[in-house]
Amino acid sequence: MIEVDVIERVLGAALRTGGDFAEVFAEDRRGTAASLEDGRVEQLASGRERGAGIRVVSGETTGFAHTADLSETGLLAAAAAAAAAAHRGGGGVREVALGASPARSGGVAVLPETVAKDVKVALLRRADEAARAAGSAIRQVSATYGDNRRRILVANSDGVLATDDQVRTRFGVSCVAEGDTGLQTGRETIGATVGFELFDTHDVEDIARRAATRAVAKLAARPAPSGTLPVVIEQGSGGILFHEACGHGLEADHILKDLSVFAHRVGEQVASPLVTLVDDATMGREWGAFAVDDEGHPGARNVLIDHGVLTDYMWDLLRARKEGRESSGNGRRETYQHLPMVRMTNTFLVGGTDDPEEIVRQTAHGVFVAQLGGGQVNTATGDFTFGATEAYLIEDGQITEPLRDTNLIGNGPEILRLIDAVGDDFAMGSPGTCGKQGQGVPVGTGQPTLRVSALTVGGTAR
Amino acid sequence: MSELLELATRVAGWARDGEQVEAFVASGRDTDIDVFGGEVESLSSAESAGIGIRVVSGSRQGFAYAGSLDPEVVAETLGEARDNAGFASPDEWVGLATPDGVAPAGLDLWRDDLVSYPTGEKVARAIELEAMVRAADPRIRQVQSAGWGDSAFETAVASSTGMSASGRRTVCSVSTYVAAGDGDQTQTGYGWSVGRSPSEVDVAGAAADAVGRATRLLGATKPSSRHLTVVLEPLVTASLLAIVAGTLDGDAVAKGRSLFADRLGEPVASEVLTLVDDPTDPEAFGAAVYDAEGLATRRNVLVGAGVLRQFVYDTYSARRAGTSSTGSAVRAGYKSGPHAGTRALAPVPGPLSREELYAAVGDGLLVQSVSGLHSGVNPVSGDFSVGAEGLLIKGGVPCEPVREVNIASTLQRMLLGIVHVGADLERLPAMAAGVSLAIADVSMSGR
Repeated sequence: MIEVDVIERVLGAALRTGGDFAEVFAEDRRGTAASLEDGRVEQLASGRERGAGIRVVSGETTGFAHTADLSETGLLAAAAAAAAAAHRGGGGVREVALGASPARSGGVAVLPETVAKDVKVALLRRADEAARAAGSAIRQVSATYGDNRRRILVANSDGVLATDDQVRTRFGVSCVAEGDTGLQTGRETIGATVGFELFDTHDVEDIARRAATRAVAKLAARPAPSGTLPVVIEQGSGGILFHEACGHGLEADHILKDLSVFAHRVGEQVASPLVTLVDDATMGREWGAFAVDDEGHPGARNVLIDHGVLTDYMWDLLRARKEGRESSGNGRRETYQHLPMVRMTNTFLVGGTDDPEEIVRQTAHGVFVAQLGGGQVNTATGDFTFGATEAYLIEDGQITEPLRDTNLIGNGPEILRLIDAVGDDFAMGSPGTCGKQGQGVPVGTGQPTLRVSALTVGGTAR
Repeated sequence: MSELLELATRVAGWARDGEQVEAFVASGRDTDIDVFGGEVESLSSAESAGIGIRVVSGSRQGFAYAGSLDPEVVAETLGEARDNAGFASPDEWVGLATPDGVAPAGLDLWRDDLVSYPTGEKVARAIELEAMVRAADPRIRQVQSAGWGDSAFETAVASSTGMSASGRRTVCSVSTYVAAGDGDQTQTGYGWSVGRSPSEVDVAGAAADAVGRATRLLGATKPSSRHLTVVLEPLVTASLLAIVAGTLDGDAVAKGRSLFADRLGEPVASEVLTLVDDPTDPEAFGAAVYDAEGLATRRNVLVGAGVLRQFVYDTYSARRAGTSSTGSAVRAGYKSGPHAGTRALAPVPGPLSREELYAAVGDGLLVQSVSGLHSGVNPVSGDFSVGAEGLLIKGGVPCEPVREVNIASTLQRMLLGIVHVGADLERLPAMAAGVSLAIADVSMSGR
């Protein structure tokens, strides 16, 4: 994207006002999105964005500027703006020499840009037909296809030079069913850090049928209970629980500002001994995977909680520098127009030893969750919430009636202690987008079937 | 003619025979400043620009965008949109907007004093905010964020069907999120102030709001589950009404995703609710002279005294419904095409001050913030279930803080259950305004 000698001159210019650290992040992003609704392929959209963000750190202050102009003139102007923003007086000349760039091994079999547009569009039509065939109650089907290729280059004044080529492909179907009780919805999404070969292992008809079945089943759903109950979460459906209940609270930016309920607790038992929590950017095709993070650090596997004991937080470069340690490879940003911060990658609970069916059988009265929607957490208080978009009542150890959409709430540190069964059936879940301070990044989650002995279920049943 | 409109017009002029072309061009300068511990934590300042192009050819529509106004990139983007059109299904209602003769409101939404406001002053306001928060109450433990943000941006849209419109706006704000503590407990609160011009930004007010919201929750407990009247604070009301408005757009109606699709002319809410989308109101931060297709915006009454009066339409959804656009095309920047939506949604304020409204409610739950709105509300079925924090109202006075509760109902029941609308209209940066709103018979889950 940019010649090495140009980057070296730009980094030198960025440090001219006395900065301690400078970084160039260049990105070239292309994507295609196609959507079908109402039986029509509504629109095929494609886009391209290219630019660079330049960061200068001076003491506690970070200056940042970005430009869509990747010429040396454009980059030097952005470098000057970032340096001025971080200005603390001082100054001088610093030479920057970059190391060799580790090449990203290509893991993508079929680059989406090499696939004809009509082939992508055909997937939507197949999904539409399959969903409509799934039941006469289906009133509306919408299907979306998206692919995205993001090539990045990161270089900094510590001599780091790294590149990555990230390709992601996703497909989703959502259905509306109509019955005597009104409208209901069902949704299913797949996605992976791969190219078009995603569809070699995933059948779009199958995805469509799952979405349709969900919507139809909910037509007979009754209001969820209201109050505190045991909740069993099916394998691969509720990794978001850990993402919200403790993942965000283990991000070093919250920790260093003492704004997390998990601050100062490394080495302590913070969860049930059944809980081993890992964040892993190196997980092959998973949605949150990458070779190099957005600060040039290699993606890594980090154990956060080991058998209930807090082992470490997640770190980006800035927070790690403050503590005199190495980044854990969790520095990410949405685009070149954003500053990086500490973010999760693929966050999951490691499988246990319980028989998943037995977990349900040993639950007298509770809720069985088969699909969770998004969630939200307040890291300072630990209070979190997430939505259940497919759930059932458990009565006398049996999964019985479907429940209408409801919200589940809890407190992170409390819930981690209340996990009393962990199944041996680990699975990763659907692709997600994690939002933090206005930036969205792709993340993965996963877990085996598990039980929380007490969660607040926000239903309306009297 | 502005440079952006010139560019958009030039692109629209490249339309071939039998083809419609629309170009939407946006350009802006943003500053974002975060402070911590009396120092600048980060300062970013940048200009960005981009273009989104729609091509309609043979009843098929294609779209492409690029984050650059470089002539070569623009030409390539048009080619890409043209190519994309070939893969869409033919749709008889597809087509670009045409001039409808509605006169644009004379609004000036640009303030030069923001453009010339020195960065040093912006930093000083943010540092002042943080200092005020820290000094306000000994129970303030930490300032999670305190900052200044501003944006001055311009958009232009032109089409081969005769549309030609441009507009520019400024907006600036301070915001803070703070944590207060007492013993083992921590609670958080937010505060902000927004204006078109720096002089309209109230730093002290933002600090006081955040501190008040965080400290009044200290000592919160988890109450027992029950059904009760909830009073939503203006920000929460605005979030709820924005979800309701999403069910009232022409797209949702046409595609069978609206739970109010067949209810035009019928009562859908308590008669105390009148809900208006008025982008011609200069006081609204979502105000705009033109919509995203270049039609003049207008005042649309969605719900009048509880009766569903109309839906909002862009050109496409209006054609499908056999009506005309209500000037309600919106878009999320240059990266997406237009769709129907609201810009300046506001409930018409009622007669009661905040205190009078609390007194009228007597016993209930004052909700100061909700969480999980994006996952806990299903705008198609109407199921509503979100986490909440706030204070129990007893004898007309908010007094007992609660935490870790959930409130649930359905959108349909909540609209019909509105018992009081406050007089306390608050303008919000997120294109909506809110009032205190009392809703009867909502389920609260706790212990």
